[in-house]
Amino acid sequence: MSSSVPTTISSQAAANRLLLRRKRAERRFQLYGILAISAAVGFLVVFLASIVSRGYMGFVQTEIRLTVNFEQELVEAGSYRKILRTSLAELFPEAGSSRAERRALAGLVSAGTVFVLRETVEAEPAIAGTVQDVWVLASDPVDQFHKGRIDASLPEEERPISDASLARIAALEQDGRLELRFNRSFFSRGDSRNPEEAGILGAIVGSALALVVTLVVSFPIGVMTAVYLEAFAPRNRITRLIEININNLAAVPSIVFGLLGLAVFLNVFGLPRSAPISGGLVLSLMTLPTIIISSRAAIRAVPPSFAEAAIGLGASRVQAIFHHVLPVAAPGTLTGAIIGMAQALGETAPLLMMGMVAFVVEVPGGFTDPSTVLPAQVYLWADSPERGFAEKTAAAIVVLLGFLLVMNGLAVYLRRKFEKQW
Amino acid sequence: MHTRLVAAVFVAGAVAVAAGAAQARDQINIVGSSTVYPFATVVAENFGRGSDFKTPKIESTGSGGGMKLFCAGLGTDHPDITNASRRMKGSELEKCRANGVQDVVEIKIGYDGIVIANAKTAPEMHLTLRHLFLALAKQVPEGNQEGGKLVDNPNRTWADVDPDLPNVAIEVLGPPPTSGTRDAFNELAVEGGCKTFPGLKAIKKEDKNRYKAICRGIREDGAYIEAGENDNLIVQKLAENPNAFGVFGFSFLDQNRDAVQGASIDGVPPEFENIATRAYPVSRPLYFYVKKAHVDVIPGIREYISAFTSDDAWGDEGYLTDRGLIPLPTDERTKFGDDAANLTPLESL
Repeated sequence: MSSSVPTTISSQAAANRLLLRRKRAERRFQLYGILAISAAVGFLVVFLASIVSRGYMGFVQTEIRLTVNFEQELVEAGSYRKILRTSLAELFPEAGSSRAERRALAGLVSAGTVFVLRETVEAEPAIAGTVQDVWVLASDPVDQFHKGRIDASLPEEERPISDASLARIAALEQDGRLELRFNRSFFSRGDSRNPEEAGILGAIVGSALALVVTLVVSFPIGVMTAVYLEAFAPRNRITRLIEININNLAAVPSIVFGLLGLAVFLNVFGLPRSAPISGGLVLSLMTLPTIIISSRAAIRAVPPSFAEAAIGLGASRVQAIFHHVLPVAAPGTLTGAIIGMAQALGETAPLLMMGMVAFVVEVPGGFTDPSTVLPAQVYLWADSPERGFAEKTAAAIVVLLGFLLVMNGLAVYLRRKFEKQW
Repeated sequence: MHTRLVAAVFVAGAVAVAAGAAQARDQINIVGSSTVYPFATVVAENFGRGSDFKTPKIESTGSGGGMKLFCAGLGTDHPDITNASRRMKGSELEKCRANGVQDVVEIKIGYDGIVIANAKTAPEMHLTLRHLFLALAKQVPEGNQEGGKLVDNPNRTWADVDPDLPNVAIEVLGPPPTSGTRDAFNELAVEGGCKTFPGLKAIKKEDKNRYKAICRGIREDGAYIEAGENDNLIVQKLAENPNAFGVFGFSFLDQNRDAVQGASIDGVPPEFENIATRAYPVSRPLYFYVKKAHVDVIPGIREYISAFTSDDAWGDEGYLTDRGLIPLPTDERTKFGDDAANLTPLESL
């Protein structure tokens, strides 16, 4: 266009119109942006609200105070079932001793109570022969009712809790024998098929062990690869091919790594199934590209003058890199590693192939013990028929999100703290 | 470069440690059906807490996946027990034997009913196997009549299937083809309805594959929605959509009676007693299979089997019935109880 300044009135008006239109376009664009952000924030809020509103009840559990007579002979004979039955019968003498009534009474407390009583005595043998007040977990239906998840106004056959049990729960509450308490077993036990006893410690330890393996394997290899590619490797076809492959690997669906792990680690090397060592190795394959890419970016961001100055003063290439470039690049490298770890923490698909989606009760004690991981535990609980697992699932998600938040927060903190301006 | 060396040494060391650990396994490994998983895990947990043995590790791999792992060979790298929501196939037993797994002990543990349920807020449904075939099969006889030419399923609403049924669109949420529940549903419900057409039943003699394709093929035009393996999700969706139906195991109906109701099939409602007496037509047996060569090598297998087959567990009033397992009739229970105690291996299938 020949850009002469508009002088006539009509062209002045046209310019004004154009200006107005451009301003409107800009406002429209800003509005779209705000809408997009509010939609994203809205989804996040709905997601968090639904998880937290379901999950917070998973951190408390209904408990019942039983007065238990640990009779010497019964303790010695190991008849804890009888000890429990007697103490329940004393609480509700009207129940009678028919089999159905006994079952109804036993159904008030968790199915694991018998074992809890035994463990109590084993922990403190002196209580044999005495009468003790013991807080035991309520069964899942009692717990769900107490938390208001079961509608008592429904006809009796449609709810998992009978009228007689409702009356007993009311009586227990009146006596102060029934209350919501912090759910210790959720953080101190492994998986269980009784929702009231199911804990997440096994999965947390399993995840931690797998992540240790992942970090130990993938961090050094990843950083070394990045250093070599950035600082030493000749620029030729082969290195370019390697670079492209690394970038591609970062986009490979994680299940593929699981299949690879199954074929290589389990079938060729014979590593144990369902163990953090094999799971961690698969996760490290998955994390490697993330670490390599972010470390390379961090190293590249260090001004070349750092290395040049060191070399100019007589340092070798290795000294220049390790003494001067890597320390400056550390925040970026660490951030990449932590984000890679956070990704690995949330991964289930490859671990499915490694047999880590499994029912494991004992908290793993080492790298070769069978174990499961946090997201796998969420998956398993979400698929369980018992009601109580719904809130356990949500609570486990809250724990998982908490760990992710801490890890990502740590990444941000490290970046802020060690980042240098030059 | 030291670090890389260290890492390599670490991996090599880990392999060595793991190989050592694999040789001395003291924990039972169980794989298999996701339907048996809720029952096997309860037994395993009680067994682990009530004895000095470690709690068995149980993976939910599906019946077919479990068989594959189970039959892969002998030795501590391979599972000791597999759960199944169907009987082992002849081909699977052959594969087991080819891989050195000579003696396999079969134990039937009980039954599971498959229910067709809808939301409590919707009217109760009374269906027949024939309804299910006409509503869900890929191809049906034209005009829903005997002798009609096979056409792609034209039935859009339940009223198209049978004028007595409500005039709402057919929308059934069920498990995907990888699931044992789906296999059983196709075989018992859809094929069961297919067989009520003598003309279709006759195909079986002529061409078995074509018969299977017709009688077990599920429509793919959106009326049957594969909702994944998560039955809790199906229950939730049913509660939100009163027009939809869901297909899942009896234990999920039992745990959610305040939200969903089961449709009666051929006049029989899906109740505990009806499934136990086999009056309810869509029920299937559940099994587990034990590698006899592993017994007494891996500690606790014998004890685990006897815990599973104790009256306390699988009896008429055992704790497994509280979880929704339908117990075996007494004579079958005696037979499989004896098999379990004597570890009688399968002869053939």
